[in-house]
Amino acid sequence: MTEPALPNRWRRFAEWDARPLRLDKFAREDPANGFSAFRSPADPKPGVGIEAGRIVSMDGVLAHDFDMIDAFIARHHLDPAIVPEAMAMESGQLARMLVDMNVPRADLVRLARGLTPAKLADVVSRLNALEIAFAYSRMRARKTPGNQAHVTNAKDDPLQLAADAATAVAYGFDEIETTMRVSRNAWSNAVACAVGAAVGRWGVLFQCSSEEAEELRIGMAGFTSYAETVSVYGTEKSFTDGDDTPWSKGFLAAAYASRGIKMRCTSGAGSELLMGFHEAKTLLYLEARCLCLQRGMGVQGTQNGGIDGAPLTATVPGGVRELMAENLLAVWLDLECASGNDARSSESEIRVGAKILPYLIAGSDLICSGFGSIPAYDNSFNPSLFNAEEMEDYLVLQRDFEADGGLTPLAEHRALDLRTRAVAAISAVLDELGLAEPTAAMQASVVVASGSAETRSFSPGEVAPMSEAIKARGITVIDVIRALARRGFIDEAENLLSVVKLRVSGDYLQTSAMVRGGRVISAINDPNDYCGPGSGYRMTEDRRQEINDIRDVLDQPEVLRAEAQFEKAEAGRVAYPATGVAQVGRAPDEVVIGISPAFGVKLYQTTAGHRLSDVLRVMTDAIAARGLRARVVRMRHTADTSFLGLTAARLSGSGIGIGIQAKGTAVIHAADRLPHNNLELFSNAPITTLDHYAGFGRNAAAYALGEAPEPVVVPTRGEAMGSRYHARVALIHAIETGLTADGAEPQEIDLRFLDAKTGQRP
Amino acid sequence: MKKLTTADYPLAETRPDRVQGQRGKTLDEITLAAVLAGEVTMEDLRITPQALHDQAEIAADAGRATLALNFARAAELVAVPQDLIMSTYELLRPGRARGKQDLLDRAALLRDTHAAPAIAAFIEEAAEIYEKRGLFTTRY
Repeated sequence: MTEPALPNRWRRFAEWDARPLRLDKFAREDPANGFSAFRSPADPKPGVGIEAGRIVSMDGVLAHDFDMIDAFIARHHLDPAIVPEAMAMESGQLARMLVDMNVPRADLVRLARGLTPAKLADVVSRLNALEIAFAYSRMRARKTPGNQAHVTNAKDDPLQLAADAATAVAYGFDEIETTMRVSRNAWSNAVACAVGAAVGRWGVLFQCSSEEAEELRIGMAGFTSYAETVSVYGTEKSFTDGDDTPWSKGFLAAAYASRGIKMRCTSGAGSELLMGFHEAKTLLYLEARCLCLQRGMGVQGTQNGGIDGAPLTATVPGGVRELMAENLLAVWLDLECASGNDARSSESEIRVGAKILPYLIAGSDLICSGFGSIPAYDNSFNPSLFNAEEMEDYLVLQRDFEADGGLTPLAEHRALDLRTRAVAAISAVLDELGLAEPTAAMQASVVVASGSAETRSFSPGEVAPMSEAIKARGITVIDVIRALARRGFIDEAENLLSVVKLRVSGDYLQTSAMVRGGRVISAINDPNDYCGPGSGYRMTEDRRQEINDIRDVLDQPEVLRAEAQFEKAEAGRVAYPATGVAQVGRAPDEVVIGISPAFGVKLYQTTAGHRLSDVLRVMTDAIAARGLRARVVRMRHTADTSFLGLTAARLSGSGIGIGIQAKGTAVIHAADRLPHNNLELFSNAPITTLDHYAGFGRNAAAYALGEAPEPVVVPTRGEAMGSRYHARVALIHAIETGLTADGAEPQEIDLRFLDAKTGQRP
Repeated sequence: MKKLTTADYPLAETRPDRVQGQRGKTLDEITLAAVLAGEVTMEDLRITPQALHDQAEIAADAGRATLALNFARAAELVAVPQDLIMSTYELLRPGRARGKQDLLDRAALLRDTHAAPAIAAFIEEAAEIYEKRGLFTTRY
């Protein structure tokens, strides 16, 4: 053991220092400097003054003194017809209504139109985390939950973008979002993702996050179908620092709709604090202002719940609860909610898993507003809460909680097929449009690559001229559809056309719209109708089976198949012929080894991977080494270790027996002991070695000789209890118990070790 | 005409007769074959003021008055050229307009030349607030 660096310190703290959690830094609650989630003396008291149908004051500010955010909220959010009724209600009563399943969602949505930011914040701050999650679940606008992926890479490589877009589509994401390392590459990123997202099925909405004006142009060219980079802020200074106003953003909202492009705003706790213009207000109050602004602007939804500010918000006491609370405000205000879970807010995998859980079980329009479907280092938005690395953890969480997180497991061969197809499709488009000629080697490297570090494809500098050419030549989605069709990618051409056609009817401009199974569903035709157990979103049995179908799932046939691989080899090493009913021994120099029903019959190795023939050989050799004789008996009445051992001991002339199951669990027992009060036990079969089994034989012999040997201890750090073994162990044990019969007599076994080559007794 | 309700949604399924691109093509006519034959342009894939008004009626019926108003403003912008939209957005950003009159002029242009009264009113409201809040300061 090394000497501790600080002798006067409990070393447990040094161990904690080494955990990933300690990379997270935490901020002291400090409202004056903006570090407070829910409480600050600077937050206004809720209140509204109305004269002649006009708002004359709001949250303690007279209309004359309104800043531009107050002014916008007072004019466009507050409904003077509802304000008196709603503001007269006690905050505690509104809070109770939010968690009362008997109060219709529509009633609460109506009241929200008459509530000021300070009042909204006051109400939701009264709910604890569980209540917020429950209220969120019943207040979100659309019934069916969905999810959104980031598809980006560190090289802006169009081949990889297409492959990863196709993979994301197959995993079930409803929206995918890309952005660039080099801003000039926006157009090629857009084309690549649009093509990739058309592989396999149609209906995934796609956006290319870039500068506001450029993003609208890309949308106009038909490559993207939604936008969510229209950021709003909760203080006037941060808003203008972000180079916008509520009116410029409101105008943009109308502009997107006029082009048939779905749009949501973005806001989230911590942005004002990051920008230095927090006015000493709480994170929640500023976010309440942002959300009232958004409803007033008439956007259908919001990307909200921290977003870029989430890591900062998570440093504050209650910060993660605040992120949930602001999401609740969003859905109470009847906005579609892409509920954050976007920027990675912690280095601790425990904090990451804990953060996602309420959303996973409550459901959300888009649970992550950017699940990194690519490896963290390829995520050009910065690593997400979940990235490709944790994809399977997420899939298992869905299965654990029977919660629909919007994703579906993807079989390996299917993933490879889709990637191959997507890379071929984008290569054909680039070639057909005269933009680039990707080589077969480039394509092959991308298909199998997990991330851009493994590809031999385009560099950002090589992409830039392609991207600029797409823009300069005025290439539109129609040109891309034609190129796909001319090169034989008919399904992809049809799929891409179907997405662009969505903008003609504008159905997907309504609140919480997405495409499922070729149909637009939204809060209009798929409204959240939760009103208690059995209502709201419930998975169908088919959907449940989809979620359950993760890879590497064990069942009994699978265990038996694996065991059967060892059957033949073991048959060449050992034979267990039965010679009749086992009798009680008289010889004091014998130790009986009681083997389990399936031992060497259906099961051939311990969970640690030792051949059963080897285990028996080392034990019998060790017994023989003490001058005693091992007698083997097969039990048929039990598969339980204790009873295997006790029965063996009672058949043993020395009164000492060993019981052993095929999976390797073993016991040394004495004839005069109670069943579960054995002499020694090996309960950690997965880490028990042949040396341990030899020691077991040696000690059994020692007990038979009247000695008191040092028990054999298998050093464990808990490995054997891990879930890596449990399913297999339970399945193996079921095979053992399946062979038992009540009252079946133990059988005498004439154990024979065979020559492995000849199969004869040596 | 009777106003549309949530029962008419989605329009592409329930009222395909009403859903047309800007040159009058229906969704059924916008096929891959037509694209390959050169019969489909981006104009055929653009939403119409009619569709936005329809969606506004549906949104209003669903109780979403502000969303409906945004669709109404959007309907006015459908025919506004892209460059004018982009320059108007730019003008509304802080510090771009040199004074209130710049915004009022733009509002007048949109109202008089492009039949966009709701958009014009929105810009005039901005002009009033920007003046009050001193947002005509040059930023760069």
